[in-house]
Amino acid sequence: MKQQSATPSSTGRKLTIALVGNPNTGKTSVFNSLTGLHQKVGNYPGVTVEKKTGSFLSGNTEVEIIDLPGLYSLVPKSLDDKIASDILTNQKQDIVTIDIIVLVADASNLNRNLYLLTQIMDIGKPVILVLNMMDVAKRNGLKIDRDCLQNELGVKVIPVVAKKGKGIDELKREIISLKIAEAARGARHLEVEEKFKTALAPVGDYLREKTAYGPGYVHSLSLRFISSDDALKYWLEEWRDKLDIPHFKSLIAGARKQLESLDFNWHMAEARLRYRWIDRLLASCVTRSDEVSPDISVKLDKILTHSVFGPLIFLLIFAGIFQTIFSYAEVPMNWIEAGMSLLGQWVVHIIPAGLLQSLIVDGIIAGVGAVLVFLPQILALFFFLGILEDTGYMSRVAFMMDRVMRGAGLSGRSVIPLLSSFACAIPGIMATRTVHDWKERLITILIAPFMSCSARLPVYVLIIGAFIPEGRILGIVSYSALTLLSLYLLGIAAAAGSAYVFKKVLKRGGTPSSFVMELPPYRRPSLRWTSLQMYERAKLFVTDAGKIILAVTIVLWFLASFPRNETPSDDGFTKAPIEQTYAGRFGKTLEPLIKPLGFDWKIGIGLITSFAAREVMVSTLATIYNLEDADEGSVDLRQALVNDKDPQTGKPLYTIWTALSLLVYYVLAMQCMATVAIVKRETNSWRWPLIMIVYMTTMAYLASFTVYHIGQLWG
Amino acid sequence: MRTLNDLKPGETAVIKSFTENDADMDYLMELGIMEGTTVTFVKCAPLGDPIEIDVRGYHLSLRRSRARCIRVN
Repeated sequence: MKQQSATPSSTGRKLTIALVGNPNTGKTSVFNSLTGLHQKVGNYPGVTVEKKTGSFLSGNTEVEIIDLPGLYSLVPKSLDDKIASDILTNQKQDIVTIDIIVLVADASNLNRNLYLLTQIMDIGKPVILVLNMMDVAKRNGLKIDRDCLQNELGVKVIPVVAKKGKGIDELKREIISLKIAEAARGARHLEVEEKFKTALAPVGDYLREKTAYGPGYVHSLSLRFISSDDALKYWLEEWRDKLDIPHFKSLIAGARKQLESLDFNWHMAEARLRYRWIDRLLASCVTRSDEVSPDISVKLDKILTHSVFGPLIFLLIFAGIFQTIFSYAEVPMNWIEAGMSLLGQWVVHIIPAGLLQSLIVDGIIAGVGAVLVFLPQILALFFFLGILEDTGYMSRVAFMMDRVMRGAGLSGRSVIPLLSSFACAIPGIMATRTVHDWKERLITILIAPFMSCSARLPVYVLIIGAFIPEGRILGIVSYSALTLLSLYLLGIAAAAGSAYVFKKVLKRGGTPSSFVMELPPYRRPSLRWTSLQMYERAKLFVTDAGKIILAVTIVLWFLASFPRNETPSDDGFTKAPIEQTYAGRFGKTLEPLIKPLGFDWKIGIGLITSFAAREVMVSTLATIYNLEDADEGSVDLRQALVNDKDPQTGKPLYTIWTALSLLVYYVLAMQCMATVAIVKRETNSWRWPLIMIVYMTTMAYLASFTVYHIGQLWG
Repeated sequence: MRTLNDLKPGETAVIKSFTENDADMDYLMELGIMEGTTVTFVKCAPLGDPIEIDVRGYHLSLRRSRARCIRVN
């Protein structure tokens, strides 16, 4: 079974390579320069970890490369880590069998990078060490003796500068010509003292008996289990059926006891031993010259994380990004809407009026439009976020904002996803992938939709414009502006409160959120990489979430078009007035339920159609009041709302309290099918999107109820 | 006993021992923070917490609550 894919077949040889390394080592650059644009992004089966593969062809050898998530050690800290670790150690043979492991290390920061390397060399697969960013290492005054490293480690060492494509050809040649069996034998293993070996032996023997691993790796694993309960926990879950767990645990306890009697601190013995080896090795293979050019990152950080300028610059950068998104993404969004409407008109010309035409125009084309209209914002946001990530600035944002997020039980890593959600929750939720702790990521996803997104703005503008009186507080801030600001703050407060509750529920008994994060050196961003990533994210949204959005649009079309008009017109089909359709009837059925919030059936219909996108509320109301082409700025629509009278009492139907209740409802309720679709995708189940709909909408209902009833008491 | 948390910006010290043995500490040790390692306190975040340290030639941020568990001399 093993190395099956490495045997030559009639068409040529096929090799499978795993690309692995610490985060921030330029691993992605190596991947990109090896594969060019021959890459594919998908998901590992059953989990939401991104699977990136690519390939290159050399002679008659086809090399497939799997770009594993960056990790610091084989003891997994997150789902991403676990996938990488499982693939490297052959736990995932159903998905892939690896022939060669290529480890990318940052040449300017070898010490910590080699920790993972020495762990990986123990697995027993052939390893190639790629020293990336050799130019930076040279600039920092480091002289790395390649032959010395090769001899000491027993693996091939290839220096490269991946961003400039230097050394990549040599790396390719080395991959193709590597003698698999020989290279696997060559790698050195961690050497430990004899007394230590004796203590480890019972654990190792038991593992060899129960698993298919070789002696080198079993030795390494025994050491890891003795070192840390956390490491042990992960593997035991995996091996529940293979091992007699209580017996295995007693073996480990015995080994620890024996080490204690030898006066050896077993806690994290693996780390101590490996770093001792690495320190010794680097002392002989790397020399540091004293003429070091000053570290540009330290200089930049003097300003960028300065106690005053740091937060200020951060705010300016994000204000700039938001300004750009709001003012420029609007343009292509209008193009998409205009394009879809043109397409609709064209269909109207070629397909006779009727059910089919309506389905295509109002169902399918509208649905495709609803998917595509999100793209400009997603693309723009991911472009900027990609650039900031690539430069290393993102870690600084997390560093600066961690203290703020801690109150809600989150860490600095959640800042970016939540900020992005002010533009649109979809890219925000997709950006939570940088939050490594799964529960923290889940909490971030669950609260992200509380950030008032751009689709709520038209509703806010319409309602505020119609019902909030003119005037200013102290002659400075208008009531309208104050209301708008309060709505944004209400969303933030709801998010903070919910995060606090979710933390209590989800992380009960767990460890408090931790924040240990590398602050990588600043680097020049790569436009090519950023664009590629932006494209991949957009594709993922269209193909995965798009399906759900399209389906829901068609259902909404059905609800808003049926039953058809009782009296057929000449062409056999006319659209029924919206109040006679299922959506309309549903709105009326809903009326008793939403009456306590001050809403009538017209708003009820709007709440249903809002599920397509919140701003659809505006066009729905316009349709109900028979105002064609009215938007949120339309005076007619505002007047129509203000002048609408209760048919029984003759009093105005909507008061300022109805308006406030509605605004509060729009801040808090989960009304966006695209968000639901993306949460389903990112959490890989319907459970969390459903919980999200229920808790947010319940909160919205209670809050609106309270607001409206305070208003009734007020008079 | 002084801890990593007590250092001033620019100050360098050698790690002596840890007061905790939890998963978070295991992680720090895997990142190369252990007895005998030299660390330099670089700065703290604008709100005073977390802190930035220089260890084994790279920069790492961690919270003060964690830094308090690392004794230095």
